[in-house]
Amino acid sequence: MKMVSAVIKPFKLDDVREALSDIGVTGLTVTEVKGFGRQKGHTELYRGAEYVVDFVPKVRLDLAVKEADVDRVIEVICKAAGTGKIGDGKIFVTDLLQVVRIRTGETNESAI
Amino acid sequence: MFAKIIGLGLLALSPHVLAADTPLNTGNTAWILTATALVLFMSLPGLALFYAGLVRSKNVLSILVQCFAIAAMISLLWLIGLYSLAFTDGGSVNNWLGGTSRLLMAGLNKDSMTGDIPEVTFAAFQMTFAIITPALIIGAFAERMKFASVLVFSALWTLAVYVPVAHWVWGGGYFFQHGLIDFAGGTVVHITAGIAALVCALVLGARKGFGKVAMPPHNLTMTITGAGMLWVGWYGFNGGSALAANGSAGMALFVTHIAASAGALAWMACEWIKFGKPSGLGIVTGVIAGLGTITGAAGVVGPAGALVIGLLAGVICFFMTQLIKKTLKIDDSLDVFPVHGVGGILGTFLAGIFCSPDLGVFSGFGYATGHESIGSQLSIQILGIVVIGVYTAVLTWILLKVTAVVTGGLRVNEDEEREGLDLVAHDERGYDIN
Repeated sequence: MKMVSAVIKPFKLDDVREALSDIGVTGLTVTEVKGFGRQKGHTELYRGAEYVVDFVPKVRLDLAVKEADVDRVIEVICKAAGTGKIGDGKIFVTDLLQVVRIRTGETNESAI
Repeated sequence: MFAKIIGLGLLALSPHVLAADTPLNTGNTAWILTATALVLFMSLPGLALFYAGLVRSKNVLSILVQCFAIAAMISLLWLIGLYSLAFTDGGSVNNWLGGTSRLLMAGLNKDSMTGDIPEVTFAAFQMTFAIITPALIIGAFAERMKFASVLVFSALWTLAVYVPVAHWVWGGGYFFQHGLIDFAGGTVVHITAGIAALVCALVLGARKGFGKVAMPPHNLTMTITGAGMLWVGWYGFNGGSALAANGSAGMALFVTHIAASAGALAWMACEWIKFGKPSGLGIVTGVIAGLGTITGAAGVVGPAGALVIGLLAGVICFFMTQLIKKTLKIDDSLDVFPVHGVGGILGTFLAGIFCSPDLGVFSGFGYATGHESIGSQLSIQILGIVVIGVYTAVLTWILLKVTAVVTGGLRVNEDEEREGLDLVAHDERGYDIN
């Protein structure tokens, strides 16, 4: 099992969710986050007072994924979240040791 | 209130002397009652929201609380003695201060008259001006002054600065007698608040991290909502200052609107040219600059004159904001001086020009009594600006020092400033969003 964390542009969230649903992903967790990468920040002006905003708002999706689905999930996220412009985001994949569904006590792949 | 000079003549010098002889005008009374509500609406919640949106979210309540507390406190002080000191006959010291005949509104009853409206209505209308003036100043020391210091300073300042200046200009004092044109508060409200704001910013010093840390407005929607309320409320502020429901009020209201519109577009154009984009905050700041600037001149200038005044207000206040904040690095946090102080000075000066009946389409409605040329009118306008400006600056500095002694310093400490005044001063938060 893998944990797939994707940091994407906020306005791409609905597209990504839909694309993931289409390939059978049944659950994910969304968090509003801020950060910077190559996109860096932007400048805001209030009555001429200039503020450099370093952190850009992003959305992070966390999905627990069966080993067999990982490549397809990554491909789908890349396709749905991509605009081709700087700031599209990143996907991080890590090993997932254990999953438990609280209601039934099911574990691991049957709990995903 | 310049209209009083024309319309009510010497009545304002001693409002109750002719009381018995002047029949009540119900139309005028109805309008001043309405205007009173409009001017209070400017403070609560107009100015409160305008300012609250401009600070960081950890200080939003401190601004709202300060506006409401100042409104309540000044209202009671107005009853206790400020009205009397501002607007009654001061006898031998009448040039500089009013008298004590109306302490606790002694002798005021339903039949007491100021001109052809009830004196109590006049007193309530004037009270709303006394409320908004110290409330304007809080923008200068936002996000760092102790709440107790705000209250003590606002009370002392209204007593020692607002009340005497109101008496000089509107209550029968020196400038009233010498024909200074200040229709609705270019000097009494905006110069005093603006100059006091500058002194406050200098004495208190900048917010921690000013110029290094981002301090963007936390809710511009709130600010723009408040600005809309100020614009509408200003109809009562300036239109009501005719103290009558007549052509002078109608003209004051109309030129007020024109100046606000011109100020908005001028500020917007400045931002567009200088920074590449016009901002929402810029447009509403231009509105307030136009409104503050026309205040002293409303009712004596014509619509075309108001257009020029509004355009100049937008451009000059825009550049003064840049100068104060970016070049001089003075943390007048919500730009009270460059908008209200500069606007007040500009408007008081321009009133002396555009009141002239000899400017073709830009003509106004004539000079004050005792003046027959632009030069002569301007001399008293400039004297008023200088004397009121210097008096305000000196007194504000002294009162801040006195306040610091009374409240053990003016500022919260660094940790408290970092935490935010909402929790530190009031034990509550403006937002609890889950």
